Amino acid sequence: MLNSIIFYVFASVAILSAALMVTRRNAMHSAVFLITTLLATAGIFLQLRAEFLFIAQVILYVGGIMVLFIFVIMLVSLDTAVHQMQFARRKWVVLFIALALGFEVGFALWSTRGMPGHGLPVQMAAPADKLPPNSEALAGTLFHSYLLPFEIASVLLLVAMVGAVVMAKKRT
Amino acid sequence: MSPTTQALLTFLQTWWVEIVSGVIIVAVVPLIAGYIVLVERKLMADMQARLGPMRVGPHGLLQPIADAVKLLIKEDIIPDNADKVIFWLAPVISMTAALTAMGAIAFGPWFQVARDINVGLLFVLGVSSLGFLGMLLGGWASNSHYSLIGALRSTAQLVSYETAGGLAIVSGLLLAGTLKIRAIVNAQSNYGVWFVFLAPVAFFTYLVASIAETNRAPFDLPEAESELVAGYMTEYSGFRWALYFLGEYANMIVVGSVAATLFLGGWLRPFPNVHWLNWLDWLPALFTVVVGVYCVLRAGKQPVAIQTWFMWAVAFGCFAAAILLAAPMFITRLSAAQAGIHGAFWFLLKVGGYIYVFMWLRFTLPRYRFDQLMRLGWYILIPLAIVNVFAVGVAMILETEYGWNRWLALIVTTVFTLGAALFLVRVNDKHAEDAVSAPAATTDSYVE
Repeated sequence: MLNSIIFYVFASVAILSAALMVTRRNAMHSAVFLITTLLATAGIFLQLRAEFLFIAQVILYVGGIMVLFIFVIMLVSLDTAVHQMQFARRKWVVLFIALALGFEVGFALWSTRGMPGHGLPVQMAAPADKLPPNSEALAGTLFHSYLLPFEIASVLLLVAMVGAVVMAKKRT
Repeated sequence: MSPTTQALLTFLQTWWVEIVSGVIIVAVVPLIAGYIVLVERKLMADMQARLGPMRVGPHGLLQPIADAVKLLIKEDIIPDNADKVIFWLAPVISMTAALTAMGAIAFGPWFQVARDINVGLLFVLGVSSLGFLGMLLGGWASNSHYSLIGALRSTAQLVSYETAGGLAIVSGLLLAGTLKIRAIVNAQSNYGVWFVFLAPVAFFTYLVASIAETNRAPFDLPEAESELVAGYMTEYSGFRWALYFLGEYANMIVVGSVAATLFLGGWLRPFPNVHWLNWLDWLPALFTVVVGVYCVLRAGKQPVAIQTWFMWAVAFGCFAAAILLAAPMFITRLSAAQAGIHGAFWFLLKVGGYIYVFMWLRFTLPRYRFDQLMRLGWYILIPLAIVNVFAVGVAMILETEYGWNRWLALIVTTVFTLGAALFLVRVNDKHAEDAVSAPAATTDSYVE
């Protein structure tokens, strides 16, 4: 009962602020709503006892990336941005993407029916003390099962970082 | 009984300890923050050979309450072109983050709100770092140049020094082998030594980084009065300003608690495993008795009758605390309570000592220039912290795999780290000389 209340609160906050994030004209307001979305999603992670994922989301996305976003937005003149066109009006593309996404989610829900924990409200799969510690489970997955994709992703990020530094250097 | 009330009752039955502890934290921390301000003013006065606040209450003891009332009834000014909602939201974010972070901290073995959180220390760090979103948003929403520059500076500074502080904490975590707050303290109890002695470089890196993270002098660039009026809180007044202030002091308590937990042995008394030092258990009671006796001696010398009464009240409070602290020592039935009560005393003493060092440095050192601050952070502290992580790791491998004596391994690696620090300082000095001789080569957008 309580679990589902908490889940619905987090989920509705996440969806509502995501919608507001897209529709705000002021970039700073969008950033604040994006932070709210990220925090609400982090709250759902915490409710699923994925504590490490929760804190990684808070530290990396909210404490790191969003701070840099806001840092940039602060330096931009928002008055000119307000008068520009907000949306690219390509209705058919958007409709197609929305339908594809909806189909994907629906398919995921349909194909997992009958599994434990399927559907809403969220059920706890096992009591907390029976699960392996979350950070260890995550580390095992990342460094045993998916080591190569993980390393490739980190190399990609490194390339992006070096590229950004090179581009910033060239200008001066 | 409807299912909703039923669910509510079960909820309260399961979580009442946590709820009550949370309410205690939210209620007591602002008071403590007020008194930290008073202690700071008194210390500043002492170091500058004057008396400090003396008017409100005996020795100015009621000054924080008077200040709080003053701030509450002040006019609440919002600038005309400010972004009202974000202006309203920003100080609240700052304070909420600091208070939430306190939920995971163990003030003694008994008092902790979030008991079994798996990533305890990361939770404290991550949530308290949300606080600087408050500064950033507040600085932007004020629609003022001073605020904007103050907010930009504070972000640059916090992002730089959070990295150094985080890496310093990694060194400590390598020794502890866990992120759970209680398990970290228990690990120090098992080692029989505080981690500050095993990883001194990490502790001092964290000390410097935490001063910078809480925007204290000598790193108080975001609110440098002589340059930026008051930085990101220039446009704030009255109670919103008080919320920022509260957040800042609560943040000091948070970083102090992290340092006390990870490096200073948490709630353990000094030398917890040395039996002939067991008389140290009497220190908490003795300490409060001495404070109480001092209050009694001073009570007769107060100028106003009500201040005399107040002094007596403080003295009786101290004696009551002394009885509370001493009772488990006499009555064997209560000896289980000793760990909890004394643990809280030692923990708060360590946090207090840490905050005292903050104040001491504030009144001793002049403020850094912004490029100096950035240079210290990026060229010295972060490389040093990285080297130290490696050094501590090597020391642990030497101990477990090659059977070295723990102290020998740690001394060797610490000397290596200090050598690296000297090298870094040397290189940096040379770099700074080059920058002076060819200023165009290192254009720093923050150099004024």
